[in-house]
Amino acid sequence: MPDPCALRADFPILRDHPEVVYFDNAATAQRPSCVIEEIRAFYDETNANPLRGLYDWSMEATARYEKAREVTASFIGAACPEEIVFTRNTTESINLVAHTWGEAHLKEGDEIVLSVTEHHSNILPWQMLAKRKGAELVWLEPDEEGLITKAEYEAKITEKTAIVAIGHVSNVLGVTHPVKAIISYAHGKGAVVLVDGAQAAPHLAVNVQELDADFYAFSGHKLMGPMGIGALYGKYALLNEMPPFLTGGEMIEYVTRTEATWAEVPHKFEAGTVNAADACGMARAIAYLQETGFDFIRKQEDLLVTKLMEEMRKLPYIKIYGAKDPAKHNGIVTFTIDGVHPHDISSVLNEDKVCIRAGHHCAQPLMQFLKVGSTARASVYFYNTEEEADRFLTHLKNIRGVMGFRD
Amino acid sequence: MDLKNLYREIVNEHNLNPSHKHPMEGATHELRGVNPSCGDDIVLFLKTEDGVVKEASFTGEGCAISQASCDMMCDQVVGLTEAEALERAELFHGMIRGEVTDESSLEALDEAASLQDVSHMPARVKCAMLGWRTMKEILDGQG
Repeated sequence: MPDPCALRADFPILRDHPEVVYFDNAATAQRPSCVIEEIRAFYDETNANPLRGLYDWSMEATARYEKAREVTASFIGAACPEEIVFTRNTTESINLVAHTWGEAHLKEGDEIVLSVTEHHSNILPWQMLAKRKGAELVWLEPDEEGLITKAEYEAKITEKTAIVAIGHVSNVLGVTHPVKAIISYAHGKGAVVLVDGAQAAPHLAVNVQELDADFYAFSGHKLMGPMGIGALYGKYALLNEMPPFLTGGEMIEYVTRTEATWAEVPHKFEAGTVNAADACGMARAIAYLQETGFDFIRKQEDLLVTKLMEEMRKLPYIKIYGAKDPAKHNGIVTFTIDGVHPHDISSVLNEDKVCIRAGHHCAQPLMQFLKVGSTARASVYFYNTEEEADRFLTHLKNIRGVMGFRD
Repeated sequence: MDLKNLYREIVNEHNLNPSHKHPMEGATHELRGVNPSCGDDIVLFLKTEDGVVKEASFTGEGCAISQASCDMMCDQVVGLTEAEALERAELFHGMIRGEVTDESSLEALDEAASLQDVSHMPARVKCAMLGWRTMKEILDGQG
């Protein structure tokens, strides 16, 4: 097993700032230097516009870009690299499906099934689509631990369901939804399923074929890759019959003044000059993630979350949301402090060089369900240490005092 | 002043024991003010008579800075003409943006001037502005 303290040397920002506790990994992870070097190497060694030129640099740029696609495909167990479309991020991936598959398939009266625990990126594209098409949104309500039960999804997914859009791991509660069972049930009703994997891909070994997911979306930056690159997995047959998303350069086969035919999947969905360097960076991040290993990641996250939850439970003014079992949190501890607004929590912790997220976490329907306006969220990754957890807890215990309460 | 001292010395008192946090009967103006990204959510009540602010209060919830700033604002706009209240809002905005810094100009803001250090905390600017912004919308809105 790797040593988290030793691993930190791979991350310049962590190495150079030992005074900072970065507990906002669910928002974005840090990047190891190998990722930055990979991006730099693309520009320094072979920069040219990929997929176009007939000279060596362009062909090499194309080869690196397509290699990144292979790495990404194999990372999530896709059947072939063509099933990976590079996008900017999860949000764009989901919008792509809503605008292409959704436009082509949704009819008035169809139902789109979503979970209340979704991030706005997996709500708004469907809300807009439903309005355009006269379709209905149907909500899966979680239980008190944030889980979607079998009874709940069996009650809501019906013959009227066209698509189920569900997060693999909630970005607020950290809970893993039973996506494999949901997919199997939805397929039985003739629906397709899109899984938002933004919060899962950095923490769990994902195999889209085992899940039998129709679409799977995730971002590079949450798994230590660059910002501005993400991926959409789609089953080849689905991608192949979908209309294009953005149109323009390099996504065509043949263009006349009035007509066009489209390039093959996946290039049909990658209009314009692609973000090849960052795709290479993301592929390097994936390799780093695989070298680190999900077993170790899980072990370190559970160690830290257990410690945080055990200590925080001793403070009567703290409420922790989600499952009681720390192993069901995927590194995320969302909480509130009585009498202290989450933004004040985060601002006070910032004075102590502790970074956590506060707000609605782009999940307002879930906040409404939890009956809170906003919450604070500490989220750890494998490079965080027990010493950092101790420092976080020490500062956390002082917050009520700073805010004028005499406990 | 660092944030913790700002809380201890100024903000906490107004946040924990606000003088003006209550609904108002017979208000002439009532407007909701929201910071969507933070969840600060208030309703500001004003009672004006012959162009003069006679009473000000608010309800709602939000971070300590938003609540304290709104309370301080209510403290000082009572007795001002609407034009003066708008001027005061402009001055406060200038201070929070870091554009007005000289003490003599800021004197007019009285206790609200103690929030000057929020100008160095970009993430909290909107919180401090919420009450003032809502008042400005009310007074501007009536033309």
